[in-house]
Amino acid sequence: MAPDEAAPGALRRLADSDLFWSFRRSPVTVVAAVVTVLLLLGAALAPVLAPHDPYDLASLDLLQARDPPAWEAGGDWSFPLGTDDQGRDVLSSILYGLRLSLLVGVSAVLLALALGVGLGLLAGYAGGWIDTLIMRIADVQLSFPAILVALLVDGVARSLLPHDRQDQTAVYVVVLAIASSIWVQFARTVRGSTLVERAKEYVQAARIIGVHPAAIAWRHVLPNAMGPVLVIATINLAIAILTEASLSFLGLGLPVTQPSLGTLIRIGDNYIFSGEWRWMLLYPAIALASLTLAVNLLGDWLRDAFNPKLR
Amino acid sequence: MIAFILRRLVQSVAVMLAVGLVAFMLFRYVGDPVNNMVGQDTSLADRARLRQALGLDDPTAVQFGHFLARALEGDFGVSYQYARPVREIIAERLPATLELSVAAVVLALAGGLPMGVYTGLRRDGFLSRLFMAVSLIGVSLPTFLTGILLIVVFSVILGWLPSFGRGEVVALGWWTTGLLTVSGLKSLILPAITLALFQMTLIMRLVRAEMLEVLRTDYIKFARARGLPNRIVHFGHALKNTLVPVITITGLQLGAVIAFAIITETVFQWPGMGFLIVQAIGFADIPVMAAYLMLVAFFFVVINLVVDLLYYAVDPRLRIERSAASGHGP
Repeated sequence: MAPDEAAPGALRRLADSDLFWSFRRSPVTVVAAVVTVLLLLGAALAPVLAPHDPYDLASLDLLQARDPPAWEAGGDWSFPLGTDDQGRDVLSSILYGLRLSLLVGVSAVLLALALGVGLGLLAGYAGGWIDTLIMRIADVQLSFPAILVALLVDGVARSLLPHDRQDQTAVYVVVLAIASSIWVQFARTVRGSTLVERAKEYVQAARIIGVHPAAIAWRHVLPNAMGPVLVIATINLAIAILTEASLSFLGLGLPVTQPSLGTLIRIGDNYIFSGEWRWMLLYPAIALASLTLAVNLLGDWLRDAFNPKLR
Repeated sequence: MIAFILRRLVQSVAVMLAVGLVAFMLFRYVGDPVNNMVGQDTSLADRARLRQALGLDDPTAVQFGHFLARALEGDFGVSYQYARPVREIIAERLPATLELSVAAVVLALAGGLPMGVYTGLRRDGFLSRLFMAVSLIGVSLPTFLTGILLIVVFSVILGWLPSFGRGEVVALGWWTTGLLTVSGLKSLILPAITLALFQMTLIMRLVRAEMLEVLRTDYIKFARARGLPNRIVHFGHALKNTLVPVITITGLQLGAVIAFAIITETVFQWPGMGFLIVQAIGFADIPVMAAYLMLVAFFFVVINLVVDLLYYAVDPRLRIERSAASGHGP
């Protein structure tokens, strides 16, 4: 760096960082990042980009149901990727579905992060029977696959909530189910780093000058324990999106009136033996596959980039 | 050794009790069991009588005791959805799920081991890169998409294989098997591949990583220095030492296979337990959910226990460390 650049800008520092170097060195990661950004933009701008509003049931016309994509015979450019069994535009449903899948995935990871980091910090800092209790629960849960936990929480929540309101509550139920299936990883990681940090001198110093234990945990220990959490969050975002898609595909996630990508694939799957799967199934499937693949690749790269052993 | 087994047994029983408590609370507090069993025109007196007969007026602890006692006998009550004992329904479905899961694990091992060894030995070969790229896609694609993709290619476009059901089954006592008929075997192919794919990539990556690690060790260099042929060094010395973690992971993954069977069975309308539990959740059929939870937990606990004991038996280093450490406490 030139000596006259006294205060390099944030962008410049980013461009010189190890992280950006390892990013540029891997073309696969760059492609994954571009795909992710494009999908994120598509989801964020869905109301602008989508030719139709898939939630506006009044605009649907059953006479236009199961129309093929525009470039095939019988297609129409007002429905570029064709229509589904309700006469809904497939392209618009995919854009809005992408939005829902991402929204549910991100909310579930944030909820799991809050829950896991809170409990992990508590377990690691408090120790004793609180630690034992939280970690035993985590151990028991970890011996079951996440999808099973999500399914059971989903099932219980559905039977507890009133049946006639299920369409409105579905999003919250799914977020809760997914979050409760992945919080353990956050809790275990944070507990581990908390145990390490707790023994260090700056924590002892804070304790000696009489800082409240909760304040030490929150203001001193937590920031130092957060590094690995971000990597776990990225990897779990892909898992959360996949879990949501799986639940919706099983018919236990988001309802047909508010379709996520998984719900769209479920609808398309019904037409697998008539020709309509070519657009009703294939395009949502491509959207979901590229989303999870791209996020997974980014997560892999992030994990390797933060792993000092691989440097 | 005996202390270790005892401690693991106690832990397993504790896990089962915890899961049993969850299943009991589901059964007792989610919805009203009496309401779920009678019609709308049942009188209040009849309801009270039924409540009494079911023991729902007893203290909660007593009810939990009864629940566990009945669960031990395999009695989980009557399904709301089918109005038949849960035990019968699950007994009908169990063979289908177990056949599918075992077929998937065998397939995953048969594919994953050789691919792992190959990619470990020829790190930069074209085929190795292809395997690694495909495995990444295999990990990223959700199970249901893999299944649908296979159906589209092999059932819809090519028309070679059936896309749903178990085909013809043969009854051997209470066990029904699809392994003895041609249509049964043909029906098994696609679901087994779908279910195996994820485990296969996992085993492949694991074997590859272990092989790379082992090939760097001194005893391999020494074996080469002694002039042993590559075949013996690779398979007699290297592969043998990679197998311990493979056994552990495969054992543990057997549990994951049973869980992912839920999705595979739904895609292929395979008449197993997974298909049953999805329907049960959709209908809020609590007795079936509770029974499934207990049964799966039991599978998991047994698998974990067996894997731990196997590990202990297979790896002599563990035994030495334990006996050395035992002088300093538990």
